[in-house]
Amino acid sequence: MIAGISIYEILTVTSILFFIGVYGFITRKNLISILMSIELILNASVINFVVINKYLYPDLLQGVFFSIFIIAVAAAETALAVAIIINLYRQIASVEVKDTETMKY
Amino acid sequence: MNFSNFLLMRHEILLLTITLLLLIGEIFINKNKKSSLVHLAIFLFGIHTAIGFFAIDECSIFGGSFQTNNLIHLFKNVLNIGVFTLLLQSADWIQEKIVNQNRGTEFFILLFTSLLGMYFMISAGDFLMFYIGLELSTLPVAALASYETLKRKSSEAGIKLILSAALASGVSLFGISLLYATSGSIFFHNIIEVITSTNLTILGFILFFAGLSFKISLVPFHFWTADVYEGAPISVASYLSVISKGAAAFILMVLMFTIFKPLIHTWENIVYIVALATMFIGNLFALRQQNMKRFLAFSSIAQAGFILLGLITGTQLGTATVVYFILIYIFSNLAAFGVVQAISLKTGKENMDDYNGLYRTNPNLSLVMMLALFSLAGIPPVAGFFGKFFLFTAAASKGYYLLVFLAVVNVTISLYYYLLVVRAMFIRKNDHPIPFFKNKLYMRLGLLITVIGILVLGLYSPLYDYIYELSSIYN
Repeated sequence: MIAGISIYEILTVTSILFFIGVYGFITRKNLISILMSIELILNASVINFVVINKYLYPDLLQGVFFSIFIIAVAAAETALAVAIIINLYRQIASVEVKDTETMKY
Repeated sequence: MNFSNFLLMRHEILLLTITLLLLIGEIFINKNKKSSLVHLAIFLFGIHTAIGFFAIDECSIFGGSFQTNNLIHLFKNVLNIGVFTLLLQSADWIQEKIVNQNRGTEFFILLFTSLLGMYFMISAGDFLMFYIGLELSTLPVAALASYETLKRKSSEAGIKLILSAALASGVSLFGISLLYATSGSIFFHNIIEVITSTNLTILGFILFFAGLSFKISLVPFHFWTADVYEGAPISVASYLSVISKGAAAFILMVLMFTIFKPLIHTWENIVYIVALATMFIGNLFALRQQNMKRFLAFSSIAQAGFILLGLITGTQLGTATVVYFILIYIFSNLAAFGVVQAISLKTGKENMDDYNGLYRTNPNLSLVMMLALFSLAGIPPVAGFFGKFFLFTAAASKGYYLLVFLAVVNVTISLYYYLLVVRAMFIRKNDHPIPFFKNKLYMRLGLLITVIGILVLGLYSPLYDYIYELSSIYN
């Protein structure tokens, strides 16, 4: 717990973080930036879990464990996404979204 | 907990063992004998499928993290049969195109790992296990979608799938965190006791539902579907549309009928709107598709909308009809994808125009395709009719007459575009039809299983009664 800061402030910050991530996912034009936006979303959930565990239900550590698993899985996800992006880059020499639109409608 | 409890996870342990055996085989088997690993993988998975049919006790182990009951057990067997058929259908593609790149075993390892994730997902007892299972089932499929590394389309499909899946899991995680805030636990059996219909719970549920909707490709979240299906190898598209969608729909149904049951008055409305939008948009977009893979993608979106018709009820009847429909849908869609795959492998043609006059040169394949499309459209006497009929009965039993009427309108629309393909195959003339070819044994077996499934499931009613009996846990 942090003195002087209640759970409301922290949850507000994580909610803002989450929606920045969603906004970024929709508007960014670069695959790497989209990946970063997804990381924002995941990190918002991680902070949420830890804070809720610490402030509301401090007797069990379920939220903390959950957040550790999220971090591990998010790392795997990012690694795979970057691998696919690199493979794409080898073929089209670009990581822009507009270059990945050969299939449409 | 004693040692025998581990045997209750028989499906998972066997599949993990097979995956590890294949890994070892990949290391030690000589490079020019790699194609024998394809036979080994299919053989081992066949044994696994057969062993899966033995009955299992209902249980809840690891402190409630992992639970299984007869319906979940049955559904795992359904997934097994689906994957086995899929393996038979894709064996030729792997042997002809992939083994000489020395990557044949990877396909099986990734596919089996993804299936393992689905097992854990559908028998999860808490949100942590559910999340791990969801990710384990998604990530290997993204790698599989970009499997043909030399094709640009395949890489594009992979990146679209991994980004959408990551967003979906992120959104549903945020929903889970809100549910954790209101209920104080991530275990399903604790959440059931304390969950009430508050605003925060509803927001959590909506985010969670949105995350899973990506997997089932319900309408506001369906944009990735057509692109990924078109770009990915056909076996992977088939896997995504059948196994992945079926498992996600099943676990969504289980969660909505158990832990989200107190919110039923909220999610009824959500499901109502999403079902209508999914059916209409899936069907209307399918009308204008020329590529067979995109066509089947939009048709599978529409079918997901029909699944929601059974989901909206929240009763035992709803559970039974959804499971029965998924079972039939697996066979019908696998048959359609199997024919597309056979033709694409031999000739490289994937457009609807190329199918003109197929009946004159390849009557058997055309008949299989026709049966599959009739089953997807829901024409009696094939199985698809009964699946749809039961779903409509379930929705009507709760008084959703308008929804059922609009669904019937959608069945009519879908009939039009399914018959377009049938017309192309049987009636249209073509100066250069696809020449006659003979499929190999595995492909023929794979198509035979689906045809038997389509024909028998509709006529063999004890199966539906059996599923109905098992569904009594979720009502």
